[in-house]
Parts: sequence; C-alpha cells; structure tokens
Amino acid sequence: MHGLLSVLIWLPIIAGVLVLLLGERYIGAGRWVALLASVIALAVCVPLVTQFDTSSAAMQFVEHVPWIPRFNAYYGLGVDGISLPLVVLTAFMTIPVVIAAWSVIKARPAQYYASFLIMEGLMIGVFSSTDALLFYFFWEAMLIPMFLIIGIWGGPRRVYATLKFFLYTFLGSVFMLVALIYMYVKAGEYSIAAFQALPLTLLEQRWIFLAFMLAFAVKVPMWPVHTWLPDAHVEAPTGGSVILAAVLLKMGGYGFLRFSLPITPDASQQLSLLLIVLSLIAIVYIGFVAIVQKDMKKLVAYSSVTHMGFVTLGAFLVYHIVRNTGGLQGAGMGIDGAMVQMISHGLVSGALFLCVGVLYDRTHSRQIADYGGVVNTMPIFAAFMVWFAFANTGVPGTSGFVGEFLVILASFKANFWYSFLAAVTLMLSAAYTLWLVKRVVFGPIGNETVAHMPDVNGREFLVLGMLAAAVLVLGIWPEPLLKIMQPTIHHLVDQAVATKIPL
Amino acid sequence: MPETTLTWASVAPAIAEMYLVVAICAILLVDVFAGEKRRGLTSTLTLLALVLGAALTAVYGQVAHRTVLFGGMYVADPLGYVLKLLGFLTVAVVLLYSRTYLANRNILRGEYYVLALAALLGIFVLISANSLLTVYIGVELLALPVYAMVAFDRDSGVAAESAMKYFVLGAIASGTLLYGMSMIYGLTGTLDLLQIAQRLHEPAGLGVVFGVVFLVVGIGFKLGAVPFHMWLPDVYEGAPTSVTLFVGTAPKIGYFALVLRLLAEGMAGSAAEWTQMLGALAAITLVVGNVVAIAQTNLKRMLAYSTISNVGFILLGFTAGTSSGYSAALYFTLVYVLVALGSFGVILLASRKGYEADMLDDYKGLHQRDPLLALVMMILMFSTAGVPPFVGFWAKLRIIQALWETGHLWLVVIAAAMSVVGAFYYLRVVKLMYFDPPVTQAAAQSSPVAGQGGVRLVLVANAAAVLLLGLLPSAFIDLCSRLIP
Repeated sequence: MHGLLSVLIWLPIIAGVLVLLLGERYIGAGRWVALLASVIALAVCVPLVTQFDTSSAAMQFVEHVPWIPRFNAYYGLGVDGISLPLVVLTAFMTIPVVIAAWSVIKARPAQYYASFLIMEGLMIGVFSSTDALLFYFFWEAMLIPMFLIIGIWGGPRRVYATLKFFLYTFLGSVFMLVALIYMYVKAGEYSIAAFQALPLTLLEQRWIFLAFMLAFAVKVPMWPVHTWLPDAHVEAPTGGSVILAAVLLKMGGYGFLRFSLPITPDASQQLSLLLIVLSLIAIVYIGFVAIVQKDMKKLVAYSSVTHMGFVTLGAFLVYHIVRNTGGLQGAGMGIDGAMVQMISHGLVSGALFLCVGVLYDRTHSRQIADYGGVVNTMPIFAAFMVWFAFANTGVPGTSGFVGEFLVILASFKANFWYSFLAAVTLMLSAAYTLWLVKRVVFGPIGNETVAHMPDVNGREFLVLGMLAAAVLVLGIWPEPLLKIMQPTIHHLVDQAVATKIPL
Repeated sequence: MPETTLTWASVAPAIAEMYLVVAICAILLVDVFAGEKRRGLTSTLTLLALVLGAALTAVYGQVAHRTVLFGGMYVADPLGYVLKLLGFLTVAVVLLYSRTYLANRNILRGEYYVLALAALLGIFVLISANSLLTVYIGVELLALPVYAMVAFDRDSGVAAESAMKYFVLGAIASGTLLYGMSMIYGLTGTLDLLQIAQRLHEPAGLGVVFGVVFLVVGIGFKLGAVPFHMWLPDVYEGAPTSVTLFVGTAPKIGYFALVLRLLAEGMAGSAAEWTQMLGALAAITLVVGNVVAIAQTNLKRMLAYSTISNVGFILLGFTAGTSSGYSAALYFTLVYVLVALGSFGVILLASRKGYEADMLDDYKGLHQRDPLLALVMMILMFSTAGVPPFVGFWAKLRIIQALWETGHLWLVVIAAAMSVVGAFYYLRVVKLMYFDPPVTQAAAQSSPVAGQGGVRLVLVANAAAVLLLGLLPSAFIDLCSRLIP
C-alpha cells in the first residue's frame, strides 16, 4: 500500500499542530486528539507489519517524490528489516508517553503533547528516509522538540542539560552533514542507496567513517561522549526520558547499521577494533558507574549506556567473526543481537523511566535513599518494577535476554575475551538493578511518605501493563522480529564485508 | 557600444531607478506641505510608492537576458530584476515594522522615508552597475542616507556617536575602494567592468594584486567582515532599532551585488587572487563573529555579531569562485535578509514607549507575555542556527556544497564548527524566552500592544515564509541558481 509511511510521519505532526492550535484552554479535547493520533499511528503500523514481505531485503512501502530536483534529492521513504521494527517501536512508545502525562503535566500541557507528537513524526521520518538529505532533515529537526521538552518541563538544572544535549548532538551531526555533502558532490545524488554503491578510497572512507561515528556515537551514546545522557535523563520530564531512552538512542545504532557499515565497509573493518573497545569500556566501566548512583534516573541512564554498548558491540563484531570463522555463516548474529537489543532496550528502559516517574509523582524525589519498602504500600507497582528489573538484567523469558544472549554468543565466535567481558556485565547489571530494587521496593517501609503512597491507578496500570506484555512477548517469542530482520541483515552483512575501494 | 538615440526601449529596463527618483522628489514635496499633524500620510504614501514601484518594475523592468545600457554604465539582467523587486519588498516590510516605533519616539518625520528611499536607489544603482564609476556612485548613494538615518534620533548621544563612527569608517572604506579602482583603471585603461574582466589575466601582476587588495578591503569594510567590522556592532546597537532593521537588511542585497559585479564579474580575470583573500577574511569573520557574539548581553549587539558571522558565510560562497558558489551566496544573502527582517521586527514589536526591549534579559519569559512573538523569534533563531526544517539550514547547506565542489576542505570544517558555536547563542535566546520567568520591571508589565494587528500579521507571514521555504526549498534554490548564469 502506498503512502502508509507518509501517514505515519505527518499524521502525528498535524495532530501536534492541531493540539497546539487548540491551546491550553481546550486541553481536554487536545489530550484526546493526542491519544487518538498516537493510537491511529500504531494502528497504521499493523498493515505495515502484516504486509511486509519477510523474504526480501529491499525497501518496501516505497515513496519516491522529487523534493529538490536540482540536488537530485527526493522525498524518499521506505522500510526494510532494520527500520520497520524501529518505526513500530516509535509508534508504540508514544502511546504510554501520552497516557502517562494525562493528569501529571500541569504546565502548558498542550505544548507538551504537541512536542511529543511532532517528535514522533520526525523520528519515524528518520527511520524511514531512503534519501540522506531527508534523513538529515528529520534527524536535526527532531532536536528542536526535544530541546524544548527538557528545557520547559525539566528539573532544576534543565537549562544546562538541554543545552548540553543540543550542542553535543548538533556538533556530531554537523560533521555528518559535511560527509554527506562530500558524497553528494561525488555521487551527484543524495539517495542512501547511491552512497552505499559509491566507490570510495580507504582514506575517504576513514574520514567519512569518523564523521559518521561522531554523529552516531554521540547519539548512542558511546563512552566517552556519553556524558550528556545522564544530565538529560535526570532533568527531562518522565515522557522526555522515555522517548530519549526508547527511541532517540536507537537513532545512533540505526545510523551505524544504515550508514557506517554499508557506506564505509573498509574503514569499518579497519576501525572495528576501536568501536569494539569503546563498546566494551561502556559495557564494563559504565556498569560500575551505575552501581554507585544515588539517583534512580541516573542509574537507569547509565544502565542505558551499558545496554547500548551491546548494540555497537554486536554491530561491529561481524568483521571479527568473518576473520575467525572464514565465512559468512553466523556473521550476522551480532547484528541480530544488536537489533533485538535495541527494541528490547527501548521497551525496558522506557518502562523503568515510567516506573521512576510513577514514584516521582508521589514523592517528588528520585533519590534511592528516600524510598524503601514500597512493596508494602504499592504491591502491584512493585510487581511491575521487579519484572522490568529482571528484563533489564536479561533474565531468560524477558526481551532483555534475547538480545544480550545473541550478542554474547556472537562475540564468543569472534574472540573469547570479548565475550568474557561482555558476560561480566550480566553480573554487573544484575548487581545495580537488583540492588536498586532491593533498596527501593523491598525492606521495611522507609519513611512516612512511602507509608502513604497509593498504588498505581488505572492509567498507570495500563501504561506499565502494555509495556510488561510487550517485554514478555518479545522475550519468549522473538521469532517474528528475527524473521522480519533476517533478509535485510543478511544483505547488510554482504555489504559490510565487500570492499568498496576502487581498483 | 554607446547608443546615440534615446528611445523608451533603450531606457525601460532602468524603470526602477527612474521611478524612484521621481517618487523621492514627490514624497519630499508632499511631506513639506503635509505638516506635522498629517505625518502618517508620508508613511502611507511611501508604502504605496514602493508597491507601485514594484509593479512598474515587474511590468517594464523585465529583461530576457543581459542588456547593457547608457553607454556601458548600466547593466540590466534577470538577477537585477529579481533583486530590485525584492529590494522594494524588503524596504516596504522594514517601513511597516518601524512605524509604531518611530511614532513612539517622536522621530516619525518625513525625511526618514525619503532617506530610506534614497538608500534604496543606491542599492538599485549597485545592483545594475557595470562600470567602476557606477559602482562607486551606488556605494555612496547607499551609504550617505544611511549615515543620516543612524543619527536620526538627534537627541540620542549614542546614536550620534555611532553615526559618526559609521561615517568616518565608511569614508575610509569608500576611499580605499576608490583607490583600488584607480589602480585597476590605470592598469587596464577602462572603467567598464566587462572589459576589465577581459583585460585581466592570470597570473596577475603586482599592480593588479595591489588594486584587488584595496577593493577587497573596501568591500570588507562595507560588509562588516573581520577585521574591518568594528563599526558594525556599535551602529547596530546605537542606532534606533528601526534603523538597525534597515541597515541590517536591504543594504545587504546591495552589497551582495557589489561583490558580484565588482569582483565576481569585473575581476573574473584575477579570481585566484581575490578568492584567496576572501577565503581568509571569511574564515576569521566566522570565528570572531560567532565567538564574540556569545559574550553579548544586548540583543541588537548580539544580532550584529550574528550578522558578521553571516557575512562570513556569504563571503565563503564567493570564495568558491564558481557560479554555484555565487548562487549559494545569493541564496544565503536573501535568506539572511528574510530572517533579519523578522528578528529585528520582533525587537520593534516587543518595544514600547520608553522601553527599547534590546537587552537579552528583556526577553526572559517572553513566551508567557506574548506567545506569538516568542514563537516567531524561536523559528527565526533556529533558522539562523541552521537547524531544519527552517530555511537557514538550506542556506548553509548550499554554501558547504559549493565549498566541497571546489575542494575547500578547511573552510568546510571551519564553517561546520562555527555553526555549532553559533547555535549556542541562538539557543540562548530561545532559552530566555521559553525557559526563564520574566524579570525586568518594564518587561513584566508589558503585554501585547493593541492596534498592531496588521504588523503582527506581516511578522507571522515572515516566519511562515521561513518555515515554508524550509519545507519546500526547491523553487527558491532553483531561482537563485538560474539567476547566476
């Protein structure tokens, strides 16, 4: 079916503008418009998934309209096996954000909803662009609503956090733009497929790779450019943290898979060790950093950095697997794991931030020390939180297990020490997550405030329930997701190991 | 080939200039007889005159291809045609934004309008210059009325000081320009820019290099490129905001034409020399403009440094030395004018009687007091920072594209890095408006003034153009590319 992707992009944006026009006075109607738009967007994803041809690696649901003929730039949309799951994730995660804000956001709610809806459209645009210029257009435009979300509805240090967020990502992306324009000048068009086919010398590839890496590593975020993330997460409102963790970080991982591996395969091969080392540092070192956090949001933020480390690790393992085994058999397993990890992390970290949000709404504190014994007053909530904590540690049966298991399995094929270090974090993540749960949820009731906390209301139950279900389904039955990705990842591995250096 | 007979066809392409001279005289006369009480008449009449001028130019001024008139002094081409129409439009919008501001400060005088039109005439002469003499006449005709406009609020010491500064430095610039022209004339024996282009060859002799240096310095002064930028922040800050709006917009079209006619067309034969000079100028202009802007507390002064950094980008387009680069510079200039119109317009609309609204702190919490104005300003700031979906993104993209096409690696890197530095202070304005509560006394009590509905509508249209040209940039980019053959 034609135009589905355009609907997915522009429906939320138009709905966002509508909510903005309705204004704070008609916010009652505005809320329903926002909810309706986000639900319709998810409904539009249904035909997208059911009609997706899982035997093909080609772009599907393609739209191709001239945008700037002089630059050969097209309004080009399409999804394949790696973008479709992320599109669905984006549409899915906006709904809990909208519902969670229902009565919590008191200041300028219309603008809040509008920001999130517009951002949903822009993020789906990022994942479904087949034209690099359009991709960059969405990629950058998305910074504006996020800048406002953290800056307007954030905590006490919101201005510092949001400026840091914006400037970090802007710095990274500007050099990506420079690289894209360089390739445009060589290729004469902006389509990503043309860039992937463009022969580039090793020197060119290296610089382009580094420019891409700057943009994507900041977004993922990789150590040592991760420092904006804890600040942004801590200061952002709950919805902002959820979208930031669930979708925004995935744009970095997606970028590595869509741009770095296929466009600069030789440089990726050459520099893969650098990426793997940085990923392992993120996984191990940041895991230790997470343990000592006193702020719940900060702890979840650092845990995001380690989990996203698995994504970059999985993506760049492919070269080492090929070198070790001498064949392409099983080379895509790391990328499989990276993709599953991205989807799973989107659900789990989003859910954990929502859990922190539920607690914060009651006590206005994110300090772990201010809680204790929450299970006594909020048993249902405690059940959810424990479930998501398990998912975060990667207990079998949860989605967290599948991705990490695949990546560790793949790293075993590449090098024993990679898998050793990566597996160490399973202990670390168990340590910081379960210790968090122990201190917050279990034990005797910590103080007066906790003693009077009401359990989750219907709205919160709905939000946490849908995420818990998704985590469970993905944990025990990841097959459909893997099947959607299979041909695309196969094709991606072929591209990633083929040399592009002109003879 | 000098023409001997004067026919309508041979002068029709110069309709804009001829009409403007008549209009200036007419408005001056009307104003003298209208008297103090009916000052509004002059302003309305000027707006009508501008609309009529645009209409006449649209009908009679169009030329299919490059035509040289008046014995080689004057050139009419599609580029000039479009620039003149945009010149009429820009000045009309400027005057529309300024009216309430002038009335509030008791400087709503007829001379203001006459001077603005005279400056516009100077811009037109620059646009159509085909001879060193015409270039110089255009430069002076543009500069002299603007000096007077800067000093227009004669009771203000700051305004007088900045006008004096502007005048002295402007005179030095004119002198430098004239000196360079004299050297080029001495070496080529002609004033005609096309013939100069044919007579200059690479490698350029020492004399030519010398002449070009003086031309570039003069142009640097006029545009406000570092290190010849000292006058610009003082003038922007010291002049009445309505004059700052004028200085910051329409003349840039003229100065773009100055660089194009004088260097790109006239000195095409020694492009290797002046592109190098402009490249160096552009690089330090970008760095100084963006870095110094961070330290400003006055919004007008901050926008002045932002102008300087934008001038750096325009010069980068010329540095490429290709028609793609020139059209990128043209596109950037027009986009800059569009955005500057809006940003100074916001300052004008935020100001009140006895309250200038020119300090950055005056914008704290603007969103709570006047959401529309804040939204417009936010769009303009993000556009200047080069963030999509606004048109400023495409302007920077075009420049970087042109530089990559000619392989200017370092300039690309500087342009990209400085965009990030620039983003910081544009974001700060958004931060003040949206994240901070109002603080200053005057700001806190002021609410949107009634009776500016029409002007606000123009401002909204201005911001809407910034967004729409960003979403669908194709037509405008195409136009700019077609105008530069």
